[in-house]
Amino acid sequence: MTTALEIDAVWKYFGDYPALRDVGFKIEAGSVVALLGRNGAGKTTLLKILAGLSKPSKGSVKIYGSEVREEKTRRRIGVLGHGISLYDELTATENLVLFGKLYGLADAEKRAHQWLERTDLERVRDGLVREFSRGMRQRLAVARTFIHDPEVLLFDEPFTSLDDRAIAVLQSLIADAQKRGCTIVMSTHQLREAIELATHVALIRKGQLAYAGERRPEMLGDPTWLYRTFEGDAAS
Amino acid sequence: MIFFRQCLTVAAKDLRAEWRTKEALNASLAFSTVILVLFSFALDPNPEMMQEFSGGLLWLVFLFAGALVLNRSFAREMQNDCLDALLASPVPPSGLFLGKALANYALLMTLELMCLVEFGVLFNVRWLGNIGPLLIVMALGTWALTVVGTIFSALTVNLRLREVMLPVLVYPMMVPPMMAAMILTTSLLNGDPLGPGNILWVRVLAGFDVIFTLLGVAFIDTVLVG
Repeated sequence: MTTALEIDAVWKYFGDYPALRDVGFKIEAGSVVALLGRNGAGKTTLLKILAGLSKPSKGSVKIYGSEVREEKTRRRIGVLGHGISLYDELTATENLVLFGKLYGLADAEKRAHQWLERTDLERVRDGLVREFSRGMRQRLAVARTFIHDPEVLLFDEPFTSLDDRAIAVLQSLIADAQKRGCTIVMSTHQLREAIELATHVALIRKGQLAYAGERRPEMLGDPTWLYRTFEGDAAS
Repeated sequence: MIFFRQCLTVAAKDLRAEWRTKEALNASLAFSTVILVLFSFALDPNPEMMQEFSGGLLWLVFLFAGALVLNRSFAREMQNDCLDALLASPVPPSGLFLGKALANYALLMTLELMCLVEFGVLFNVRWLGNIGPLLIVMALGTWALTVVGTIFSALTVNLRLREVMLPVLVYPMMVPPMMAAMILTTSLLNGDPLGPGNILWVRVLAGFDVIFTLLGVAFIDTVLVG
């Protein structure tokens, strides 16, 4: 199996506070990893480092053997963070074409229209994002994440505050991405949904890796098993 | 080639967003008009005084109004966490910096040309006679303001008091190029040509532009990603 992500002894300090402490594990290509942990455990910090949005204080992260901040590596990554990362003053089409062009797609306009259709936003393609409902904005953010066919997808709490329609769209896209062999890392608090989708699980506790490995049958039956076993109490 | 296309894409995005809202341009134009009107009342301009102070007055207005434009530059990216998506994309931070600088430059030059017209009317200064050299000085001085302002706009983007911090950081850095621009502009508005007598100040401006553009390109990755 090819290693898609290699996280090697990563530390991240904010001032004197170590938000991540010696976190290291490998993720095989095609895996779906549920990155779990309580609020403040360090999930978002780790995802930001994986996405190249923040540099580790110590240690390194490689994606398919290359540094994250390398241009060729970033072409392979799709990131869906807390914010929708769309411009309110631009139309849906303009937003997608913008990101398509930034990713160097020769057919950015064509792709934008395909993704607008796929996310059921074709009828509002010329509408400004600031006029969109929350659900529409979220679906457009999903389209932005997938427009360049990324091989590695990083999701930070992807299902939080999504409406039913956006959840359905995202779930079907994640399933398709899995079939294509994409590697997916998603941090979430929704244990059951995440564990059902995941092939692997990583648990972060107070900045340290408490568990990293394959999804175990016990987790499917009782999603809180992981917390009880590795954190010594029940998940809230 | 791809790098320049990415820069232009970022610049076009910023200009399109500004064209739709006109937030920065309207605010800075209104502000510069108010300053010019207040100066014209406060100083009671006469030809002798304008011979000495015209360049200084004009560039002070450009500096004050320019801060409003520059403040919006990276602040616009904070809405909806757009900066994260830009940094996660394959655009190098230097491309992002130059793209935003180009957009800021276009906005500042537009603003300054409008201010120049107002300045001519309010202070009875004839600037058309030396328009070519004056545009060269404005172009060089504005690029200096743009690169320094864009770097510090990125640096202060996460600060709560960024509207205050940006001018506090930018203005001291702008002393050398503003001195050059003010001296050159005063001289040109008095009808002197660009020549051996003032070419040193053009070199100061050009040198500052080159040095700070290179510094911006070199350090923007550290500023934005850490």
